[in-house]
Amino acid sequence: MKSREPGLGTAVGRRDALKLAGLTVAFLWTAASGTARASMSARRQSADAAAARADGAPPFAPNAFIRIDADGIIRLVMPNVEMGQGIYTGATMMLAEELGVGIDQVVIEHAPPNETLYSMPLWGGQITGGSSSTRGNWQVLREAGAVARTLLVTAAATRWHVDPAVCSVARGVVSAPGAGRSLTYGALAKAAGALPMPANVVLKEPKNFALIGKPLRRVDSVDKVNGTTQFGMDVKVPGMKIATVQACPTLGGRVSGVNDKRTRAIAGVIDVIVLDHAVAVVGEHFWAAKQGLEALDIEWDLGDNADLTTAMLRKSLSDASTSGAAIVAKEVGSKPSGQSVASTYQLPMLAHATMEPMNTTVWVTPTQCEIWVGTQVPTRCVTEAAKITGLSEDKIVLHNQYLGGGFGRRLETDSVEQAVRLATKVRYPIKVIWTREEDIRHDIVRPMYHDHISAVLDSGGRPVWYGDRVCGATVLGRWSPMDMDKNGMDDDLVECVAEIPYDIPARKVEWVRHNVPDGVIVGWWRGVGPTHNLFVVESFMDELAHTAGKDPLEYRRALLSKNPRSLALLNIAAEKIGWSTAPLPRRIGRGIALGEPFGSRVCAIVEVEVTPAGEVRLRHAVVALDCGIAINPNSVEAQVQGGLLFGLSAALFNGITIKHGAIEQSNFNDYRSLRINETPTIEVHVVPSEESPGGLGEVGTAIAAPALGNAIFAATGVRLRSLPVDRTALVSDADALRAVAS
Amino acid sequence: MFVLQVNGETRSVDVPADMPLLWVLRDVIGLTGTKFGCGIAQCGACTVHLNGRAVRSCVLPVGTIGDKAITTIEAVGKTPSGQKIQEAWLNVDVVQCGYCQSGQIMSAAALLARSANPTDADIDAAMAGNICRCGTYVRIRAAIKQAATGNVVVMQAMPPAGGA
Repeated sequence: MKSREPGLGTAVGRRDALKLAGLTVAFLWTAASGTARASMSARRQSADAAAARADGAPPFAPNAFIRIDADGIIRLVMPNVEMGQGIYTGATMMLAEELGVGIDQVVIEHAPPNETLYSMPLWGGQITGGSSSTRGNWQVLREAGAVARTLLVTAAATRWHVDPAVCSVARGVVSAPGAGRSLTYGALAKAAGALPMPANVVLKEPKNFALIGKPLRRVDSVDKVNGTTQFGMDVKVPGMKIATVQACPTLGGRVSGVNDKRTRAIAGVIDVIVLDHAVAVVGEHFWAAKQGLEALDIEWDLGDNADLTTAMLRKSLSDASTSGAAIVAKEVGSKPSGQSVASTYQLPMLAHATMEPMNTTVWVTPTQCEIWVGTQVPTRCVTEAAKITGLSEDKIVLHNQYLGGGFGRRLETDSVEQAVRLATKVRYPIKVIWTREEDIRHDIVRPMYHDHISAVLDSGGRPVWYGDRVCGATVLGRWSPMDMDKNGMDDDLVECVAEIPYDIPARKVEWVRHNVPDGVIVGWWRGVGPTHNLFVVESFMDELAHTAGKDPLEYRRALLSKNPRSLALLNIAAEKIGWSTAPLPRRIGRGIALGEPFGSRVCAIVEVEVTPAGEVRLRHAVVALDCGIAINPNSVEAQVQGGLLFGLSAALFNGITIKHGAIEQSNFNDYRSLRINETPTIEVHVVPSEESPGGLGEVGTAIAAPALGNAIFAATGVRLRSLPVDRTALVSDADALRAVAS
Repeated sequence: MFVLQVNGETRSVDVPADMPLLWVLRDVIGLTGTKFGCGIAQCGACTVHLNGRAVRSCVLPVGTIGDKAITTIEAVGKTPSGQKIQEAWLNVDVVQCGYCQSGQIMSAAALLARSANPTDADIDAAMAGNICRCGTYVRIRAAIKQAATGNVVVMQAMPPAGGA
């Protein structure tokens, strides 16, 4: 599993790629070529032999992604993990397109952990995140399919003594003119497997695509609809026991003592295991474990964060913004004189609340550690498990599972590490399940932000300079500190503000690092930098339009004359929603947001009604999208719909707060999630394109909040400069403010 | 010892009376299609049918069930409404991560069984207890309407029928 090719050491590979870490993606795309680092390949590598042997030794395994068995079964190994984003379908389409099979003809497999064979080109690691999978797969998987097809055709042509050029493929069969010249891939597998790798393969012209660009149904739906899909939560191992766990509620606190007398008396309780920061109870079933955990008498050492509150974090954040040392991320021209506009925006910490709570199943024996988990970082899990168990990495066997949501939470290994630690203390396999309360109280949260944004307008109200002083904690600095820029910059903090779609001649964008106390751990969250910055930038663009006395649509249009792709999206969205300067009914408003996150371009217009009581009702949303080639328009639409709702949900409802050093929220009653009765109708308009594909999983999320905030302003005249939406600000005076605003 | 009627079969389980049905199904009987999401009846991932009614199994003590018929996602396809809902779910391509979908389908099948042609308000009322973090709600609504009326929903991106 861990056999690496010489010269592709982990440190080098990760440094190159993680510096880019799903963040500055448009830049990343162009920068991704030519660097020596671990990256998956369309052709057989030295590590492939062992991988294929472990995968049933198929007669034809031309690379890490395709296996054709003698009985004709075609298996495709998915380099990324499936967490709802539809990458198993997209990756299958890319492979199948060039391989010459239907997506109904293949069997899908999760990839094993293998940093050499399945490292994403944009990361240099086996990582699913940062809306990078389709972009990373686009060349490699089509080429992998073409390599396989070329070998199968060569094998057939050799057998028939014909020129390969006269052969054609369709649905897993090679044919050539003449009687009897038709063979299935299964029949050709052994001969094709003995051929040398082709140096060059020809990829299809887009106009000849049979699958790519067609709306196809997902490959993983049937089992998800009948309940047979196995998520990590559903793993069954013979002899397995179930554990649940409580870590010290105070972040960074430790266990100082446990009285388990009452717990041990509960039927079905098997063990109580004490770790440094947490206590677990193991039971015959989850209920016994949970009852047992609740019966424990635990004494906590609350540690340094015992008195920590959100207000203290907010204050240290705003202090840092005011007086901290800034790193300049982008400076163009200088600040001219003129009418100045400035605002401060604040964003909260956020939890992920994946539908499937954190869980890991582990079986540690003296010679091996076997792990079953749905993770976005399988190789990181292996590395951590090796450290904890003292076993070498080749003794760590990880079985990846379908993920019941990821959103960046499963880019972390904390829950896996904890489960491995627990498993080292027992002789049987254990499944460690976090309650929802544990899942939220010990989430690795999206950081809070405090941004001071400003602009100088010319006499016509047009911005000639903008400045943004972003302040927040760095995720990259914790998650992969060696990948920070040399000057200490984390580009994620300024993505979608250092570069914006509009033609503004001068700017200065800088970041002040917020150092959070030990124990407060910040992590990736769907959209991270773009989700944060687009709220600030696009809300502020609306403020500028209002200051200039201009319609927000016209104001943006005037700044997009040099950006036809984004201008087109703005125009499509406006046309589809029927944008007009004529007033809408009372307390109904529409808000525009435009951005270029993750290598795609997107414009959303959201229509809301704000009730007299300050409740925000989502009425309708229109999204125009340019994501380059839409591999599967069905998945594209679904990701935009779902991503938008994820962002709207967070903007309306969510903020993690801390009291006595502990996260106050604990479940869906106090960490709300949007429900079907609160969901607007959504139109998604995808513009045709032959450009390389852009990222998608986080695009809808990133564009949601500013469109919502701008709609609320249009409906009420109240400008929301912090999230989540403060309903109390939208109650009574809102009507009067609207008159002022219009 | 409790004797349960699960998906048409009689199952005897030796568990405490206060143990929620969810964990009896998952950890004792081994039916893992029913999901754990919150444990406090806030998310609906654990929804099953009790005599055809949608209930949250994470807060339903097994001792209160008696001989009522329990139906889970593994068998709902054998009911007329469950079959229609599952077919529509596939045709509209509702799922994303899929973790909540067992519960969504159980709520929708119960709705369709009692209301042959549900309105938007009926759908809101029956489905508001089921959270989907992936945000598949637009398609859930479309799929319920398709299952009810038999009229194929025209999705923006999808061809009306067939496909892969």
